[in-house]
Order: sequence, then C-alpha cells, then structure tokens
Amino acid sequence: MGTIQPPANTTERAGARLLDRRLVFLLGKGGVGRSTLAAAIGLLAARRGLRAIVVEVSGRGDVPRLFGREGEIGAELELAPGLWTLDVDPRQALEEYLRDQLPLRLLADAIGSSTTFGYVAAATPGLRELLTIGKVWELAQHRRRSAAAQDYDVVLVDAPATGHAMALLQAPRTFADAAAAGPIARQSRRIAATLADRGLTALAAVVTPESAAVDELLALRRTLDGRLDAVLANAVVAERFSAADALALRGAHARTRLDDPAREALAAAIAEETLARAHQAQLRRLPSPLVLPLISTPIALAELETLAELLAAVA
Amino acid sequence: MSAEPQLGGRLCICVGAGGVGKTTVAAAIACSRARQGQRVAVVTIDPAPRLAQALGFDELSSEPRRVQTAGELWAMRLDPKRTLDDLIASLAADEGVRERALSNRIYRELSGAVAGSQEFSAVAKLYELDRNGDFDSIVLDTPPSRNALDFLDAPARLMRFFDGRTLRLLISQGGLASRVASRASAPLLGVLGRLTGTGVLREITAFFVAIGGMVEGLAARAAAVEALLRDPASTFVVVSSPRAAVVEETIAFAAQLREAELTLAALVVNRVHEAGAPAPPAGVLEALVGERLAALVGESVHERDARAAADAAGLARLRDAFEGLETVVIPELAGELEDLAALDRLAFYLERRPGASTVGSPSVAQ
Repeated sequence: MGTIQPPANTTERAGARLLDRRLVFLLGKGGVGRSTLAAAIGLLAARRGLRAIVVEVSGRGDVPRLFGREGEIGAELELAPGLWTLDVDPRQALEEYLRDQLPLRLLADAIGSSTTFGYVAAATPGLRELLTIGKVWELAQHRRRSAAAQDYDVVLVDAPATGHAMALLQAPRTFADAAAAGPIARQSRRIAATLADRGLTALAAVVTPESAAVDELLALRRTLDGRLDAVLANAVVAERFSAADALALRGAHARTRLDDPAREALAAAIAEETLARAHQAQLRRLPSPLVLPLISTPIALAELETLAELLAAVA
Repeated sequence: MSAEPQLGGRLCICVGAGGVGKTTVAAAIACSRARQGQRVAVVTIDPAPRLAQALGFDELSSEPRRVQTAGELWAMRLDPKRTLDDLIASLAADEGVRERALSNRIYRELSGAVAGSQEFSAVAKLYELDRNGDFDSIVLDTPPSRNALDFLDAPARLMRFFDGRTLRLLISQGGLASRVASRASAPLLGVLGRLTGTGVLREITAFFVAIGGMVEGLAARAAAVEALLRDPASTFVVVSSPRAAVVEETIAFAAQLREAELTLAALVVNRVHEAGAPAPPAGVLEALVGERLAALVGESVHERDARAAADAAGLARLRDAFEGLETVVIPELAGELEDLAALDRLAFYLERRPGASTVGSPSVAQ
C-alpha cells in the first residue's frame, strides 16, 4: 500500500460549493482521473446524507468498477448507501423521450425500434449529445419521468474528454436557437437555462500537473469565459523534500561511488524531488487549484474515501 | 523497404483509450520510420501544442508540413470539420448545393464535434492520403473512442444511412416541415415533427435535402474507406497505459478489433514505472544524509516500488490478454516531451525489437 501524503492546500475558498448545486460536471483531458474524482465526490455527497448519482456517458463502466461492481449500460445501480451510478445509453434515452412525447406506448415502441428512425437519429448532428444531456437533466429533476424512479439531490457527470464535453454542454443551446417552437425547442431551452445557471450547475475541471494537461485546462477556461467552479489538480507528487534536502541529496549522490548500495535510492529520491518540483511549477499556472495526491496503488474504496475527505474543501 | 522490422504495416493506425499518449506514440512511430528512410506522414488528432512544438511548429495545420528531422517526415493534424466540408464540397453537384449543405445551421454548429464525425473523417483522411500515393507509409492517430466500434462503424454507419432508403423517404415527402403538422400518415415524419418542432426539422430536412444528390458519392466513399480499414496493409497498434482502469478498457477494445477481423500489429504499453534495486540497509543511507533524510529517501523508494508493482500487475494482465501479440513496453521517461530528441528517445523503445518483446526494461537513464 502506498502512503498518501496530505497535500498542503492553502487556498481559501469562498462562494458556493460543488455539492450545493444539482448538477456538477467534471471536465478534463482523457486519463486525468475524472471518473475517480466523480466517484469520490459522490461518496462525499452520500456521507453528507445527500442522494447522489455519478453519471458516465462513456459506455465504459469505470465508476462501478471502482467499487468492484459490473455496471449495465442504461441501468441505475446503487454502489453504496446514498450513491448510485448510471452509464447513459443515448439509444435508451431516445426511447424514453419518444414515450414521453407520444401518446401511445405501442407507437413509441414501433418508432423507437424502426431502423430507419434509428439511422435518422444517429445521423442527425448533435442529436446524440442532446439526448444524453437531456437524460442528465432529467436525473436532476425532483419530479422524475416515472414516479418509481429515484429522486437525486445531486448529479455528478463524468463528462467525456474536453472536445466532446463542449459539444455536450453546447447541444441544448444550439437546438434551442435552431428550433422556433415545439417540444425540442422548449426542452432545449429549459436544459440550456439550467446549465447556464451557476446556482444550479457547477463546472469543475480535473487536470494533472503536466504541461499538456494544464495547457488544455487553460484553453478550456478561456472557452468557458472563466467559468470554472473548481480546478482539481489530481495525481500531484508530494513535496517530500525541502530545497535544502534536495541539495543535500544531490551532494550525497555525487559523493557516492557507482557501486554504492545507496546510490540508486538517492537517485530515486532525486528523481521524485525533480518531478515534485515540476508539478509545483505546473500548479502555479493554475487558478486556485485543489491539490490531490498521486495514489500509487490501484484505487480502491480506501483511496476514494481519502480523496473524498480532501475534496470536502471545495465540494 | 526498411532495413529493420517496423512496428505495424504500411498503414499504421494507433488506437486506444484517452490519455495514454496515443498521439505521442504515433509521432514516435513515424519518426522511427522516417529515420529508416521512408517518406512518412503522421496524421494527429487534436495534438497538444507541445507535440507540435516538439516537431518544430507553433501548431500543426491540416496540410502536411515537413518536419526538420532525419529522413522525410510530414506531420499534419486532422481537422474533422474541414475534412467533412471538403468531402461534401467535392461531391456537391454545383455551388448552390454546396453552399446550402455547408451553411446549414445544425451542420455548421455540430458537425465538427459530434461523435462519429472525428472517427469518420480520420479514416477518410487516411484513405485520401493513401490514394494520393505521396507517402510510403502513413501513421494515423485516432480520437479517444469510448468504443472501438465507434471508429470502425463510422464508415458503415454513414454508408447505411446514405444507402438512399432513408434519404429517399425523407426527400420524397417534399416540403417535409410543412406537411408534418397536417399529415401524420407517415409515422416517421409525424414523429419527427412532433419531436423536434418546426425549426429543427426544417434545418435537418434542409441539410439532408442538400446532400441528397451526393448520396451515391458519399456511399461509395464510405464503402472504399471501410474496405481500406479491412485491407491487410492497414494494421492496428493498440496503445495502453498499465493503469488498472485503462487496462480493462484496452482489453475490451482489442477484443472488438479482433472480432471485426482487423489486423492487430502490436501492443504498446506506455509510461510504465519501473522498480529499482531494493533500498539499502538504513544505516548506509543514514551515514550519508542523516537520519531524517534517510527515512524520507526510504519512503520515496517505497513509493516508487509501489507504483512499479501496480504497473507490473497491469502489464502482466495485458500480456496475458494479448498473448502472442508483439508487446513493446515504454518506461515512464523523466521529464515531458519537449523536443524532437524526446520523441526520438521514445522511438528508440519502439525500435528495440524483437528484443523489446521480452521486456523487462531497457533501463532509464538516471
């Protein structure tokens, strides 16, 4: 088991916390740990007595896997008391939407399973995104589509990688603008209004302290006109050594002979210190990041709980 | 063509989960081929600015640009919107049709970003470059697909859609938008009208009407692109990291490729942390740096080993799942990709074959 260093977060945070909102999007580049942090925030929410659902749109089932479970696409699954997860299936979202809009269940089913209709739906630019975000929005409503459905206090969205995420967030606005009247126009406008309302929707970005990821985050922040409610700097190597320590280590390393049994250990420490310093340099480029540690073991419940505690500073 | 065996065939398609360094690996494979004397094009998708800088550009453009390096390496970035625009423009019968399709609001706002368009335009670009015959070999980066089939199905999906049936149905209704309100006799149109409302429906219909005349051309292109993917010259290099979450995704991804009977050329496991010698007895370190610092160094070594052990487990799981497939392990290299030299270092690992498949680990310079 690797040890987790408590990071030094000096940033004081004013303003609303992530979990005060009904919708929280976790944005960021692939591989930075969005699913893990979404799950950790979900655990934190559940621990505060909220009913939370972590939504994936990837079809990968990363979130249930963190809990040692196997998810089924399109099915809401309870992972822990108060914490659910769902991997949105756009096809199913379309069928649900058809049933809402059409008076006859039979007709809805017939249309929904029509291959022609499926092709039109699949080929219409942006429709898949609209249906996905529509499902996310529906989860965040206190009055769900069906009376038997769970009622959630907060919906945490493990958004797709940056480009796709923007398409997702933009889809309702585009459709609302393109549609003069009709159900899509109405619903798109409601969804767009929810997304635009910072009291209802929070946007958090996950980033690793590497130049490419930080570059992308800064570009994302510009795209969003600075609207980011939290910057979560994930997998930051702990600063174990002071500047004086670093000098001492280098000096000792230089003095050891090539076959000295301590030499490689010193080199490992120096490599870690160099990396930690590079991470600090990247962190300085970020606007008030919340620093989260690099976890060296496969993430399990214990690690998620540690992350949840740290995330309490912004969530 | 080349003296040394290369990773993958004439067309090399790098696939894998997001965040594993696919683009960088694609660039390194291309570098290595160029050094071996081939005229190579590398097509990247959404490259980090730093990769462009490493190749010597401020940013990559959608036209191939020559990289100042050994051999003849040309780099470009895929512009999905532009690729689709170009395709539509080239198939449009006249200026008016072209304008109507390209200026369509729904198409304009979303064509570059929707799922499938990146995938399709990536393979469409591969096809175009291959047909032009300007390059000995082409290395293609792919979008971070959730699903291998998204990428592979893109041509087929388009082809099915453009096979004419659906479109004929839509187009034959003429002024579709005006009819839906009054005539719900065709259930499809009734539903579309009901679902979308007039504005969206008008836009969507207008788009499909505009591209109606291009159906045959588009379908033919989609079919040709799919045939190219299935050609034995097209080989897939699966890129993964050893991290547990990614490993499972990689395995599922590769299973889909195999099921689709595509040619897997190699597995590249990127950014693998390596273990080193065990920490020396405490006294040895203490004598050098004192008790406090020795304890910290001990922790540092312990963490390194924990990371290495976790990665070794992921790697073992991958090797197990990919038994029989050539596997290249690239260690976590100190520092970030800053220049061509860094890319060359990466290329070095890709060339250490067949020895590399027995890895262990070419050791990293301290």
